[in-house]
Amino acid sequence: MHYNWNWGIFWQESPDGVSTYLDTLLAGLKWTLALSAGAWIMALVIGTVIGTIRTMPNKWAVRVANGYVELFRNIPLIVQMFLWYFVMPEIVPASIGGWLKSLPNASFITAFLALGFFTSSRIAVQVSAGINALPRGQKLAGTALGLTLPQTYRYVLLPMSFRIIVPALTNEFAAIIKNSSVALTIGLVELTAATYSMREFTFQTFESLTGATVIYVIISGIALLLARWLEKVIAIPGFIAAGSTNTGGH
Amino acid sequence: MFSNFDFDVIQRSWLYLFTTGMKFTLTLTVVAMIGGILFGTLLAMMRLSHSKPISFVATSYVNLIRSVPLVLVIFWFYFLVPYIGAWIVGASEPIQVGAFSSALITFILFEAAYYCEIMRSGIQSIPRGQISAGYALGMNYWQMMGNVVLPQAFRNMIPILLTQTIVLFQDVSLVYVLGSVPDFVTVASKIAQRDGRLVEMYMFVAVVYFVMSFGLSSLVKKLQLRVAIIR
Repeated sequence: MHYNWNWGIFWQESPDGVSTYLDTLLAGLKWTLALSAGAWIMALVIGTVIGTIRTMPNKWAVRVANGYVELFRNIPLIVQMFLWYFVMPEIVPASIGGWLKSLPNASFITAFLALGFFTSSRIAVQVSAGINALPRGQKLAGTALGLTLPQTYRYVLLPMSFRIIVPALTNEFAAIIKNSSVALTIGLVELTAATYSMREFTFQTFESLTGATVIYVIISGIALLLARWLEKVIAIPGFIAAGSTNTGGH
Repeated sequence: MFSNFDFDVIQRSWLYLFTTGMKFTLTLTVVAMIGGILFGTLLAMMRLSHSKPISFVATSYVNLIRSVPLVLVIFWFYFLVPYIGAWIVGASEPIQVGAFSSALITFILFEAAYYCEIMRSGIQSIPRGQISAGYALGMNYWQMMGNVVLPQAFRNMIPILLTQTIVLFQDVSLVYVLGSVPDFVTVASKIAQRDGRLVEMYMFVAVVYFVMSFGLSSLVKKLQLRVAIIR
């Protein structure tokens, strides 16, 4: 069995002539982090709105919100990326489609939309679970005090439920970093794609993959430490995290 | 809006898509589910072991796999399996491993980490008194696990195991990154590129996945009510 190890490869010059292969990976990491952070903010906002609607008294609103969740949960992320990248510009009016295709960072924007909507449906599920985990009396007490329904949500239910679902949300945050690697299928050179291109130039397959693996493990280690700290600061005594028992998915 | 679309491409190719691509995807899903649950259960038993080294090995494996993206794991095993194969048979050159075996090994080893966490909480949901009772009856570890704990843990966890399997069914689509594995998405995208009909084909692929995943998860919800152990 022959394999020529060369760990020094990370400090060798890459084909662009100015940076090293380590810089190639770190440039990929930047895209991974930018994509994850952007999509996370979008997912958190939309997911909170949809998750809240799913617990409202209006039956039709609940049905629409459930439909939204099912739509984005039952199509694989890679297919959703293709839909945003290849299909969306064709089914909107031609002028908008042409403008979309000519954007400078088209694959980043597409991946951002796909990942944001995909994750928003998963966050919506967690937000509704958090609201449903609260004792029924909290909502009744809120309205009995003369708060309107939106006020009850704003001042009573949402602040409580967010503190309950912190562990579930940190799981989702770890997942969004990993899922951002699917963006390589539509041409975004994030960390995994940078690894693959480093492999193609150097044929040092296992060094490249090890480099990326170490970086991913470090990021998720940092995310985990932050999450533990946040959980300690924010946990409400007596309320056990609703989402932490949900071990499925990734 | 749909005036210049040509959905004829789907009529021409749907039979091939299902008999080749979807058959591959489903076979891989089912075999990887069985292998993943078996290996995952073993990992869960190792994680809960009293022996520190055994539990450390299993915990490290699970945490490592769970912190890297599936796409990266697919690349890892795609390049690594030929070397491991050569090491096992003692060959001097990396051996050729078929697309199916390579993908299968990847998904069993990857999904096992996720099935492990499900089975671990399943095993932990069984009251400790039952374990003590098993030992008190004179059973050894394997008899106690096989006859008392695991049957109940499986039954409690069936809905979550199946939900994870639907995730696995969707994950199989990521072998697209290898380009050489004939799963549903890869086969569909090859036909789409050949005929220049990306839009129609990807819409069709999305609809097929939606109908199948939604149908399966509705079945899981129904099953959940039926298998629950009444206490």
